[in-house]
Amino acid sequence: MTPMPDAGTGREVVISLRGVRTLFGERVIHDGVDLDVYRGEVLALVGGSGSGKSTLLREMIMLHTPDGGSIRLFGTELVGIDEPNADALRCRLGVLFQQGALFSALTVLENVGLPLREHTELDDAMIDSLASIKIAQAGLPPAAAGLYPSELSGGMTKRAALARAMVLEPEILFLDEPTSGLDPTSAGLFDQLILKLKDLLGLTVLMVTHDLDSLWDVADRVAVLGDGRIQGIDSMRALSNSTQPHIREYFEGPRARGTRERKC
Amino acid sequence: MPDHIDSPAELHLLDETLHCSGSWTVGHLAGLRSALRKLVLPAGTTLSVDGAGIAAMDSAGAWLLLELRKRTEAAGGTLEWQLLDASWQRLLEFVESVAGKTQAPLAERKPPSWLDRTAGIGENLIGFLSFIGETVIALLRTVLHPGRVRWTELLDDMFETGFKALPIVGLLSFLMGVVIAYQGAVQLKLYGANIYIADLVGHSMLRELAPLLTAILVCGRTGSAYTAKIGTMQVREEVDALQTMGIPPVDMLVLPKLLSLLIVLPLLTVYSDVMSIFGGMFMASTQLGIGYNAFISRLGEAISYTTFMIGLVKAPVFAAIIAVVGCYQGFRVSGSAESVGRHTTVSVVQSIFLVIIVDAMFSILFSILGV
Repeated sequence: MTPMPDAGTGREVVISLRGVRTLFGERVIHDGVDLDVYRGEVLALVGGSGSGKSTLLREMIMLHTPDGGSIRLFGTELVGIDEPNADALRCRLGVLFQQGALFSALTVLENVGLPLREHTELDDAMIDSLASIKIAQAGLPPAAAGLYPSELSGGMTKRAALARAMVLEPEILFLDEPTSGLDPTSAGLFDQLILKLKDLLGLTVLMVTHDLDSLWDVADRVAVLGDGRIQGIDSMRALSNSTQPHIREYFEGPRARGTRERKC
Repeated sequence: MPDHIDSPAELHLLDETLHCSGSWTVGHLAGLRSALRKLVLPAGTTLSVDGAGIAAMDSAGAWLLLELRKRTEAAGGTLEWQLLDASWQRLLEFVESVAGKTQAPLAERKPPSWLDRTAGIGENLIGFLSFIGETVIALLRTVLHPGRVRWTELLDDMFETGFKALPIVGLLSFLMGVVIAYQGAVQLKLYGANIYIADLVGHSMLRELAPLLTAILVCGRTGSAYTAKIGTMQVREEVDALQTMGIPPVDMLVLPKLLSLLIVLPLLTVYSDVMSIFGGMFMASTQLGIGYNAFISRLGEAISYTTFMIGLVKAPVFAAIIAVVGCYQGFRVSGSAESVGRHTTVSVVQSIFLVIIVDAMFSILFSILGV
């Protein structure tokens, strides 16, 4: 659990990937991915469909074991980690799944309170209060607390899932396509919410996204995944001027150009 | 930036200053509750919170400090922050701003009244009847246009529900024959009526037990699978997709299953008849010393074609019950994984219940008809 200051920048590296290899049968998904995520930044991971973004995310949150290389969270190696250490690490991570993954048998309040009930010794009244605070922090109306996931709209589901991901006050928040399926207004508000929570709570955020607005507005750095490795990692402004073919391919579409003209 | 610090949060009242120290984070607050409860706040004074010793704070810790201030104010005093890190000050303000929005009481969900529940049962019944109607219409349409039968689905389903059920149906039927013969053998031996073991096994298995046993096995094995499959499709909006493509879900999902069970269940029943007779024969020869030849010739005298048919005629009816109930419950699934589980349970319970009820009705009917 020792922090590892990066030699070059002096900033603390919280996630560090070195030479990560992943195979699905014969197919090579990742062929030597190197990536460093610094504390307090928002890093967006982009890439075409099937480039292995989501798989890389799943490897970082210990749902999938890579076939080679090393992944370190807070300096702890994930490959070959034992269960007690893995559980301790899991409490320091929050994950927002693409579909929300709220438990359908529980109300929003119970969903958000579940990690507290499992991992802390707080009493029920306090758990309910803390869960309500998180629900309000995520921008949901108080009435939503008593609803079941099947009664929520898409945007509300994402917010409720964010409240649950945040309830244990994680140090790193993983977001899998946080704004997919949201209308532009909700998506914009969601982006602002992420920025605000990041500022207030000092979160590190790693997100997989296709949303060009999010990339410009929220991400401090953007990493482009292609051909099994990181093709480039920089601010959105710098990447959009890159001449590297893989990066150009990703940012050359008409939509990407349109967003760029608006933002620059 | 709060580091990961593992000392529990602490609180001491000294003069009029509350000294806070340790990590005021969600994992380290549990110990603080008792300290807070014991804490007696002097009424009507101005207290200050000394936050210099706080190593880390998150929104849970901030909320607790705000609660503390609320208590002080309730006692007629005021609470001030001192020496609090600027970022935590901002966090406090943020939590305070959202905490105001959580005060609305949660609407309690009332359990449904008996009136609602009765209406629910009525609705369910009407839904079931209209589903049967829909299925029958679809079935007639298919009978009139046999070219529309979905052979791939039908054969797939027959393989799944028929062929793959052979081992379990065979084993259980054989054992059932063994059990019936064993129970009968003890009694028949007393009267020296050993040879009538063939009558006993033949009548009870062929007429009653083999069709019932097979139907109940298929309820558990296949009816539940139908519900779970259609229910999951319902959750994933696949059923809606069929509807918008102009493919009636009943045609695509129900008919192949219904037709396949209508074919497969009678076949399984005959197979069960044969296997249970084998069980009875095996027991007769080991317990009563009746050879296979003697058993079979007695069986031919005792069992008429009618007895065999009485058992067999029930099978298609049972098949229809299992397929229709299983599919109907699948379509009633709404939204959640929990709903899939609930309707699968309901499907199995209802179809076994209906199978036994209908079996009893057959017995009454046959006794009236005198067969």
